[in-house]
Order: sequence, then structure tokens, then C-alpha cells
Amino acid sequence: MSQSVIEVRGIGKRYRIGEREPYMALRDVLANALRTPFRRCPRRPTEHVWAVRDVSFDVCQGEVVGLIGRNGAGKSTLLKLLSRITRPTEGYAEVRGRVGSLLEVGTGFHPELTGRENVYLSGAILGMKRLEIARKFDEIVAFAGVERFIDTALKHYSSGMQMRLAFAVAAHLEPEILLIDEVLAVGDLEFQKKCLGKMEEVSHAGRTIIFVSHNATAVTRLCGRCILLRSGIVDRDGPANEIIGAYIRSGLHTSACREWDLKDAPGDDIVRLRCVRVRSAEGNIAEAFDIRNPIAVDVAFEVLEGGQMLVPNLHFFNDEGTNLFISIDTDPIWRRRERPSGRYVSTVFIPGNFLAEGTIVVGAAITTLAPMSVRLEERDAIAFQVVDSMDGDSARGDYAGLLPGAVRPLLRWETSYEPDCPADNVFVEPRPQKELHGP
Amino acid sequence: MTAAPAAPLSSEQPILRIEPPNRWWAPALDELWTHRELAYFFVWRDVKIRYKQTLIGAGWAVLQPFLAMLVFTLLGRSAGLPSDSSPYPLFYYSALLPWMYFATSLQNATNTMVENQRVITKVYFPRLVLPLSAVLSGLVDFSISLLMFVAMMVYYRVPPSPALLWLPFFLLLAVCTALGFGLWLGALNAIYRDVRYVVPFLIEFWMLVSVVIPGSHVPAKWRWAYELNPMAGVIEGFRWSLMRNGSLPGRSILVSTVLVLIVLVTGWAYFQKMETTIADVA
Repeated sequence: MSQSVIEVRGIGKRYRIGEREPYMALRDVLANALRTPFRRCPRRPTEHVWAVRDVSFDVCQGEVVGLIGRNGAGKSTLLKLLSRITRPTEGYAEVRGRVGSLLEVGTGFHPELTGRENVYLSGAILGMKRLEIARKFDEIVAFAGVERFIDTALKHYSSGMQMRLAFAVAAHLEPEILLIDEVLAVGDLEFQKKCLGKMEEVSHAGRTIIFVSHNATAVTRLCGRCILLRSGIVDRDGPANEIIGAYIRSGLHTSACREWDLKDAPGDDIVRLRCVRVRSAEGNIAEAFDIRNPIAVDVAFEVLEGGQMLVPNLHFFNDEGTNLFISIDTDPIWRRRERPSGRYVSTVFIPGNFLAEGTIVVGAAITTLAPMSVRLEERDAIAFQVVDSMDGDSARGDYAGLLPGAVRPLLRWETSYEPDCPADNVFVEPRPQKELHGP
Repeated sequence: MTAAPAAPLSSEQPILRIEPPNRWWAPALDELWTHRELAYFFVWRDVKIRYKQTLIGAGWAVLQPFLAMLVFTLLGRSAGLPSDSSPYPLFYYSALLPWMYFATSLQNATNTMVENQRVITKVYFPRLVLPLSAVLSGLVDFSISLLMFVAMMVYYRVPPSPALLWLPFFLLLAVCTALGFGLWLGALNAIYRDVRYVVPFLIEFWMLVSVVIPGSHVPAKWRWAYELNPMAGVIEGFRWSLMRNGSLPGRSILVSTVLVLIVLVTGWAYFQKMETTIADVA
């Protein structure tokens, strides 16, 4: 039975907000005092906001916990509290073991110092002892791949090299508990894969990790357990895939169909969005679709005041927030035609074998073109899943593993074959395959 | 290359409790000791950066007090300023030695919290490490200037006296003065960002009353005001131990020590109190 290494009880953090400047100038304070020496100013009520409120949970040794939630949910604040960067307003947490926090990559790096000097400095700031850094120095430099430049000033490094070095230092931190805040949001795909791999290694070594991210794929891959924060409180706490599924659906208010009453419909006096929904080509509304089948998305809107040329457009994103494509209504019937008032339903047809597997999030907007103005925009209107049943006739072919890619079109491939390899020309006119073997 | 396995946790692992700041102040000396290596690294970083890409590098540590001393010597000779029967250059250099240390350390300590904002908001370490390293990094320049002074003493054939044994004490007093005021100003600057612009003026004025006018020539009725300046004790102490003129200015040193201790303790308390809000304000 693992004991808990982190115990959080009712922790809360309150910030003052409002017209107060983040920092003050003494001269302003004095000037204000001089201006109103006799007038008793009514005290402006200081507004407070609770970034985190009454959060409690336990983490056992070796657990990898994902901390997810929308921007502003309190994830970074919670991490800062556990890292002791800021003190709680109420509640407490008890932590057993050395804590290492990675809240950004390259903490402490100084451009004037060499790579070697920065490794020591950054390592010391992150909490490593000098001997420890010296012992791991070669490993760190090898992981970053900057051996040749290790004694050049950091300002001469490319941003990619700086980041690799920064991550290399951080990756060799060996605390019992690791707190990581969206560090993987930076860097190219190669680098992100490396970071993910290193973190998996760290978790296999028995360390406890709390990982904050927006990247649902990374969270599912690394974390067994997930805590969903919403507006500073714990919304859900449980197995990762359950929570993430719930996050995608509830956190984004999404399902396959979304409707609005006229009074809270997005839009203005000219046009109002009434409904967005996704269905199969035949008309069945569903939350998940086979990757091979065409999909239709309906946008229903009401034009209250006629006379404008309105163009509906849909924006498609994957669960990492990558914009896959935008489709603009080019229906020839209404193109460049002023729309009279009334109820419209615009439908876009997405061919099968085009979208990639995973969650697709759809945003709807209606725009006028001359002058260019967005009449209404509803991000994250609906979401649906694209699933590959792996029967062998999708773009996967016979490959069963993780297949990245923003889209997954099924494209035509052709092969030509020649039994004797010609000496020079690779593209000699050989006979195409079907002539040899027939259809 | 695999990550080393985590040490098996025993119940002897120290439990760290994270809770709201309490009302009473207790100096966190043990935490400071655990982070002593970090203080060393900050000192090392500051010194390295100060002299990277400069032409004469550490030569500035000698040049600055030397030039100031030249100015004073010329001024002194022409204006007939007192010098307690020592050669002018030595007289002024012996005051400038601790003074330059104090002035640069004070300005560095004031700015350090804001300059290191990024690190403060991303990693935890006892924030006191920052003003402490600012004050300690000045010692590097100080030792170089001290060597210069030794060279000057050889040149003027002034023999060292047993009073020299007191020098470490006066140096410690200088460090505590810089730290005490540095903690106050550093904390204030983190909250009111224009404090750092007031400091140079403060230092200029302070220098006038500390370096230019030697204690022996202050009229008796203003003596008490003169002694309220903690740096007065430090400078008199330095002059006495380095050049052996006159007797140990005991009273002024005692007053300075008491004042400095008060400033240091209150500064430390104020700084630690502000520490909890600085990360929110930064």
C-alpha cells in the first residue's frame, strides 16, 4: 500500500483584482495622498477572486496525475502553491519528499553565460547540488545534443538548441515529486516526443508526477489518473480516459448538437445562430462516426434583417487545438446574393476518409464580406469523434499503431514494376502493373 | 540512459507543510543554510556577468575607487580639506574602500528582486538568498580594491599596525549595513517600483556626510547627528585599522553597530513578511 506523498486539504488562494495596479509607484501613492488630504474618500471596495478554493486530494507515491481544465481554472496556481512559489490563503498541503517544479523551460538561463555555465546555474536554481550537476553533466549535454557548442555563449544558440538544453537540465532533475506545467506546449514535434519519452521514463522509475496540460493526447498517454479543475474547484477526479472524455464533452459544452433560443443565440440584429449539429450523410445525428463515411454539419441561422450577403463558415480543430481547415459556404445559389430574412440551414459535406481519428471540435461563424465583418462566432460549438474500425479499407492500410497527422485522406497510389533494374534511369518507361497481372 | 529509480520512501522522509503565512516572524536560517550553494551560484553569476564583454574586466574594481580617490585628492588639496595628517590619497582611499562596497551592494540589493522576477515566479528558494548574494558579490570587487590599497601603503611606506586585526570586524559591519538597508530597500522596491531611482540620490547624499567629512572634524554639537550614520562607524573603523592614526573611535563604532543590528533585524523581518506577497505582485 503506497502512502500518500502529497496531501492537500482545503487549499485556497485568493488574489486581489480590480483597478489596483500590479505594482505601484511611490509617487502615485504620495500624489493621491496629497490630492485628497481632507476629503474622506470612500474606500474603493477591493475585489477578490479565488483562483483556487477548497481543493483537497491525495496523491500516492508513483502516481502520475494529470491536472486539466480550461484556461483560468486554477491549474497553474495550484502548481505554484505546491511549489511554494506562492502561499495559500487558507488550507494546507503536506508533501513528503523533494519537490522539483518545471513551470517553464530555461529557468535561470542567462544569454551572456556559456552553455556549460548555464547548465550549472540552471541546475542549481532547480535544486541540484553542484556535485550532482557535475556527475550528470555529460549526460545532460548529450541529451540536448549540443556538445560542440557547450562552451559558447548561450546568446549564440538557436532557440531550438536553447530549449533542448533547458529541457535536458530539467529532465535530469531527480526529485521524488515532479510538478510539470505545460512544458510540452513549446517546441517542435520531435522535441515534444523526446520530452514525453523522458517523462514516461521518469514515471517508470517510481517518481510521483503532477502534470498540467491542455494536450489531451499527452495526458492520456502519461497519466493514469486525472483531476479536472473548473473555476478553482475540483470538478472531477478519477481515471484519465473517463475524465478526459468528460472534459471534452462537458468542459466545452459539447455534444453532437447544440441549439440556442432566440434570446441567447449568438449574433446581432441581423443574424442569429440557432443550431449547429453533426450527422451522417443520411441524417442520423451521432457523436461518433466511422472514418470512412461522409459526414454532414448543419448550421441553422435566422436572418432577422434582410439585405446583407452573409457567408457561413465552419472551423474544424482537433483535440490539441490545431486548426485542421476552415470551410466557407460557397453554395452557388446564395453566393453573392443578399439574403432576405428567414430561417436558413447551411450544410457542409465532408467526404469520408479525410478526417483523422480522434476528436474533432467545430466552431461556427457567419461573416459579411463587404465590408468584412464577423457577425457571429461560436467557438467550440460541437464536437464529435472519428473512429477507425480497422477493417482494412481505410487510409491506415494494415498499420495498427499510433498514426499521427492532422488529416488522413485516402489517396490513390500507383506502382510500376520492372524486373531488371536499368543502370542509370530510375524512371524508365516500365510497364504498369496492371498490364502484367491484369485487373 | 535510464532515469535512476526513486529512493524508496520511508516514513522518515521529512514532511513539508505548505500553509498560509503566520503572523509571527521567525528567521528561516536552516533553510538559508540548505540553499547556501545557490547563494554561491548567484554570486558567481553576478560577478561573471559584470565583467563579461568588458575591456578591462576586473580592472574596474581597481579603477573606480582609484579615480574617485584622485578626484578627492585634487579637491582636497585645492580646497584644503582635512586629512588627519595622512597623505591625501591614502586618507580618502581608506574611506572609499568600504564606501564603494556599500554603495554598489546597496544598489544591487535594491534591484535584485525585480531583476530576478522571472526566476522568483518559477522556482522556490528562500528569497533572502537574492539580497544576500547581492551583498556578497560586492566582496569580490572589494578584495581587489583592497589589494590596490595594500600596494598604495607600500608605496607611501606606511607600516601596518596591530589595529589591522580589527579589519575583518569592520568589514563584517559594512556587510551587515549593506544587507540591512538592502533588505529594506529591496522589499520596498519590489512593491513600489520607483524606489530604485531614489537610491542613487540617497547614496550621493550619504557619501557626502560619510566620506568627505572625517569624524574628527565634525563640530562637537553635531557629533551626535554624525554618529547616527551607521557608515560613519564603518568608515572611521576602516581608517583607524588601516592607517593607525588616532585612537579607536569606540563610541561611534558602538553606536553604528547597534544601529546596524536594529536595521538588519527589522529589515529581515520586513523582507520575509513581504516575501509572501512579492511573488503575487511580480
